[in-house]
Amino acid sequence: MEKVTIIHSRTVILPQADIDTDQILPARFLTTTTRAGMGDALFADWRYDSAGGLNKDFPLNKPEAQGCRILVAGNNFGCGSSREHAPWGLVDFGFKAVISTAFADIFRNNALKNGLVPILVDEATHQWLMDNPGAEISVDVGKRQLLLPDGSVVDFPIDDFSRYCLIEGIDQLGYLLKQSDHISHFEQQHS
Amino acid sequence: MGLAGIGGSLMGGKSLFQKVWENHIVVPETADTPAVLYIDLHLIHEVTTPQAFSVLKERELEVRRPDRTLATMDHSTPTVPVTGLEDLDRVSDPAAAAQIRALAKNCRQFGIELHGFDSEHRGIVHVIGPELGATQPGKTIVCGDSHTSTHGAFGALSFGIGTTEVGHVLATQCLLQRRPKTLAVNISGAVPDGVTAKDIILAIIGQVGVDGGVGHVIEYRGDAITGLDMDQRMTVCNMSIEAGARSGMIAPDDTTYEYLSGRPAAPAGADWDAALKHWQSLPSDLDARFDKEITIDATMLQPMVTFGTNPGMVIPVSGVIPPDTGDISFRQALDYMGLQSGAPIAGTPVDVVFVGSCTNSRISDLRQTAAILKGRRIAPNVHMLVVPGSQSIKAQAEAEGLDKIFEAAGAQWRESGCSMCLGMNGDTVPSGQLCVSTSNRNFEGRQGIGARTILASPATAAASAIRGCVSDVNNIN
Ligand code: SF4
Repeated sequence: MEKVTIIHSRTVILPQADIDTDQILPARFLTTTTRAGMGDALFADWRYDSAGGLNKDFPLNKPEAQGCRILVAGNNFGCGSSREHAPWGLVDFGFKAVISTAFADIFRNNALKNGLVPILVDEATHQWLMDNPGAEISVDVGKRQLLLPDGSVVDFPIDDFSRYCLIEGIDQLGYLLKQSDHISHFEQQHS
Repeated sequence: MGLAGIGGSLMGGKSLFQKVWENHIVVPETADTPAVLYIDLHLIHEVTTPQAFSVLKERELEVRRPDRTLATMDHSTPTVPVTGLEDLDRVSDPAAAAQIRALAKNCRQFGIELHGFDSEHRGIVHVIGPELGATQPGKTIVCGDSHTSTHGAFGALSFGIGTTEVGHVLATQCLLQRRPKTLAVNISGAVPDGVTAKDIILAIIGQVGVDGGVGHVIEYRGDAITGLDMDQRMTVCNMSIEAGARSGMIAPDDTTYEYLSGRPAAPAGADWDAALKHWQSLPSDLDARFDKEITIDATMLQPMVTFGTNPGMVIPVSGVIPPDTGDISFRQALDYMGLQSGAPIAGTPVDVVFVGSCTNSRISDLRQTAAILKGRRIAPNVHMLVVPGSQSIKAQAEAEGLDKIFEAAGAQWRESGCSMCLGMNGDTVPSGQLCVSTSNRNFEGRQGIGARTILASPATAAASAIRGCVSDVNNIN
């Protein structure tokens, strides 16, 4: 996995609360057997019109959103399905971090395993971000801090292990495979 | 063990969750590292596994315990009859057909038992685990599917995982996990007539909210829960994820043991006696503590339906749509649904009715539906699909003549699968049409682009099919 340490970008805002994984990546795109190209299907039902053209009013399609690496979403992002296609789509589209006031458990887990940083902020910070689309902000994963344009610093939580895996680019399967002796021992005790 | 461990045991008894969790710790968690948790049963299906198998192949890894892995095809699998993998191209889109074939190939290559087209046990992954008796109290069960919480109805600790984690379990039979918190939902009192397990869980989600359970495992307790049969308990635990919870659990009891006894994958003979002894030790101790508790008065429950685009937007079927809060998500939801604040939900015209999904596709759900449809016809403008949860349920329903009742009423009777629950296999609700569905998610576009979904019990769904509009089952007689 690529190391993720500092993310510096303008933000793009999706204000809706409870954006679910069927919105992030609709089920009809899940028949794939690879991870490739999921960015094209990201938010498909909102991003494209019925003829397949880009919906100009959708925030991600606006000129000022191009190149944004940080998505700010309404409360409770990623509820619903366990489909990892949702973070794959976000990453493939170019996002490196998502900011909200709550994340669904499985989404958060899946995001972290794909180098996409789920950033949990308090209501006031969230409101400021919602009110200031396109703000230039920085995420420092190592320090678990968000740097806002006025110089203020906001802490966000990430557990030590996930933080370590992000900044060192550690792949968790490798870590688990190293536990093989413990696993064999457990299996002997419980067979 | 550190002081926390000793303190913990002095502070009170253990919950069901805690007992199952502790029994599966391979390496305990520390401040720096999550626990390594052993997984007893890994259920897999065609949609969330191909990329995990690819990782195994790239890294030249084996499946550590094919004997603890069980595969079926359900999500993108057609519900019209096919004779086998060769026959898929006739009915499926090429990508879906390729995905199903990839599962069959991966299972063959890695020695995993697959319930494919030739198996009488093929079906929705969360329906067949229990049906085979593979789902048992005290087990840890995972699947690349969020409704894995269903298996918690047996007192198992079961939760959904992403594809990367599917790869972890295939390769190591373990997961890296932080211990979740616990939430006790106590539901006591006599459940009123006409109120089903689906209504109970919809009411709970309405109260807890779609993010109220985040970070928690729910234990459902109280006489309104212990009075439910296993099918109904599965309906309740199934939708725990809709309250944001990692999982839902119900303590095993005689109802659980009776259900399991004699099933193909359940223990037998002396093994059964040993297992039973273990299972009986699992229920939460009387002085067990939970991080949060809520209490619900079962006598106040009513048949429930959703009116919006998440499962927390729920009202009694006899109720009116709540006032506009000015909240943008609320407004967008009502716009999407084509519904108005202040209007009664009953009487809303219905185009499609779907009875199926891992929430409500078991034999008792089908019997309930048939009891209402028997001797009646669905409204002429309604398209109704009844999709059994598994091929064994299909056979059972046909032996009881339920299929004839559905067909005589004007509904379509299908092969098992997820079908219109998520519309991956070609069974979709057309854009703009309203579907009363016994599934678990009413998200925008869940049942097809532009499809509008109202979640309900099988009884409410059947009544709505007959009347051609959202209806309380009490109003059809
Ligand atoms: S029936 Fe629906 S909710 Fe259940 S496993 Fe299938 S797609 Fe998921």
